[in-house]
Amino acid sequence: MEATKEEMIDRLRQDLMGWEGFRPLPPGERQEFGLGVIENAFPNQTFPTGALHEFISTRPEFTAAISSFIAGIMQTLLAGGGVCVWVSYTRRIYPPALKRFGVNPDRIIFIDVQREKDVLWVTEEALKCNGIAAVICETRLLSFMESRRLQLAVEQSHVTGFIVRKDVKHITTSACAARWTVKPLRSKLRPGMPGVGHPRWQVDLLKVRNGHPGSWTLEWKNKQFTVVTEQVQTEKMQRYA
Amino acid sequence: MPKRFVSIWFRYLLTDREAIRQKSLRDLPVAFTEPDHGRLLVIAMNVNAEQCGVKPGIAAADARVIAPGIQLFENKPGRNVKLLKGMAEWCLRYTPLVMVDLPDGLLLDVTGCTHLKGGETEYLKDMVSRLRALGYTIRPGMADTIGCAWAVARCAENGLNVPPGGQRNALMPLPPASLRLGTDLLIKLNQLGFYQVSSFIHLPKSVLKRRFGGNMILRLYQALGQEAEFLLPLKEPVPYSERISLLEPVTIRPAIERAVHTLIDQLCKRLYGEGLGLRSAVLTYCRIDGKSYQLAIGTNHPSQRTDHIFKLFELQLDQVAPGLGIELFILDALKTEPASDKQSMLWNGKPTADSEQVAELLDNIAARVGNVNIHRYLPKEHHWPERAAANTADLTEIPASEWRDDHIRPTQLLDPPEPIEAMALTPDYAPRQFVYRNQRHIIVSADGPERISHEWWTEDGGYRDYYMAEDEEGMRYWLFGTPNELPGQTRRWFIHGYFA
Repeated sequence: MEATKEEMIDRLRQDLMGWEGFRPLPPGERQEFGLGVIENAFPNQTFPTGALHEFISTRPEFTAAISSFIAGIMQTLLAGGGVCVWVSYTRRIYPPALKRFGVNPDRIIFIDVQREKDVLWVTEEALKCNGIAAVICETRLLSFMESRRLQLAVEQSHVTGFIVRKDVKHITTSACAARWTVKPLRSKLRPGMPGVGHPRWQVDLLKVRNGHPGSWTLEWKNKQFTVVTEQVQTEKMQRYA
Repeated sequence: MPKRFVSIWFRYLLTDREAIRQKSLRDLPVAFTEPDHGRLLVIAMNVNAEQCGVKPGIAAADARVIAPGIQLFENKPGRNVKLLKGMAEWCLRYTPLVMVDLPDGLLLDVTGCTHLKGGETEYLKDMVSRLRALGYTIRPGMADTIGCAWAVARCAENGLNVPPGGQRNALMPLPPASLRLGTDLLIKLNQLGFYQVSSFIHLPKSVLKRRFGGNMILRLYQALGQEAEFLLPLKEPVPYSERISLLEPVTIRPAIERAVHTLIDQLCKRLYGEGLGLRSAVLTYCRIDGKSYQLAIGTNHPSQRTDHIFKLFELQLDQVAPGLGIELFILDALKTEPASDKQSMLWNGKPTADSEQVAELLDNIAARVGNVNIHRYLPKEHHWPERAAANTADLTEIPASEWRDDHIRPTQLLDPPEPIEAMALTPDYAPRQFVYRNQRHIIVSADGPERISHEWWTEDGGYRDYYMAEDEEGMRYWLFGTPNELPGQTRRWFIHGYFA
């Protein structure tokens, strides 16, 4: 009897998730984002595509890390072809740099609006268009109502949206499926090696709908994400010339 | 299809215009004068002045005597041309082919247009009554040829609408002046007793030519339809153009939207039938106060979808000021292209940058934020960071070379680079610390230098020594120093970007 009760609750949970817009993907359609253990934080152990992801940035350095992190995810989204739209008000993205994160910059259409309020308008239009692989929106302001509108657009079209909120003073409620922060961390080389190592970030999943928030250290190595688990340095310190 | 032409004679063009501007002039004799050999001559007058006996060519002083209280105005050269051009544009509602016929008329090619007003007679009546409502007295003549229409409009007592093929009969009772001949020729004909066209129309061609010259033959035969005569339209007619003229002027938005939608629908059906798609279009709307305005759209790909094109116009409909009402909408397709084969698109799988959906999305965005704000970058073979990518407007263009990733570049680039205060312990080494925007960053590790020079064949200038520097917090920056080799040069430092 106990087992059946748990099974029932499990099934009901699955139903609830379905009603909230999470569709369990058929096994063949599951995309591997290479996020490793981070994917376990999401419902169905799948990175939610066709949903909104909010990234919080308080410094331009964080924005750089976030952009690269998104580019790493887009590598998978763009693998089957398609284009993505990058909407921003004051853009600093340097397109050639994205190649390092596996994205061909010519597959991105940058829309640099002159008025800040047009950012969300363009984003909504782009999110409604189901011919787009992903939409990245750099904005400062995002009210709950605006995020709800974007979420509704996404539910229709199943486009993945990334909202990068720059210069955030305080975090407000939003209807996004997940809220992230990505901060650069000191890179690690083998002890004694001079120079700067692979990009390393602290990725915090502050909020995730029907999932488990968490915090990880991530490295971008050989064109894929690697989750870094701090291990005791066993290698002896050695000086290289 | 036999051609039909209308010639409109503005009998009192200048004075009518003046009376529209000043209502009080309507019941007074009015005349326009022009200086000629040191005196003022009357060149145009209204009907009141005409009844008093004022004629073109008499002196202004005489006119004052004949018609007491006559209002005289000085004519500006070119005024009639300007007025007629305005009237010609107004007449575009009747037919797309309108020509200014100097000095005082318009010519309209109305072939296939008359049924829109319910027949030729109604067509002319409509023209007369509408222009009278505006304040112009006109005489229109309709015939198979330009010459005959001109003749009937100016010289016929009645029978302004010449039935098809009836030019000869219509011309018979008219004076020779109806044939658009020069004054000397008219005097000669008058002296010879030819007061009507009928008195010489039957003469053999060779006789007429010997006596009166080739021009007369040409004019006569043009009026009869035996010689070709062409109309040079004011506006080049657009091959794909649709129009809606409304019985009741509209002012409210739903009505305007509906009219625009209908127009686009008609145009798209036509384009679809011919396998074409729209690239740019102009919507002209004419208000009842005689002003007309335009809205223009452009698309990224040949489109024949009504909904899409309507959406592009819809974004601009806020700008429409209907005033007292809009009575005419004209949609011209300025540029069309063969539409792409949709069948092939179906199997492509994921859409590419040039797919229809994406192109339509970009049209919508361009209509709101402007096309210049949409960028796509292609790699360029330059090392200088600002030149490594070039903007392209073409969505279908594929990169000529691969994007390079052998040198690490920052995700965010500052444009232009911003100066920093940096301190390096040894020359040619990365700085130990730098101050940027009043914040001190202690550098713990750095890579570099990567020296990038200006390409001498494009631009003169020095080089930059780039360093990738990581500070205590783990933030990674792209710094560069300027040359310091020559005596007197001190190295200045700049921050140029943020790494991931």
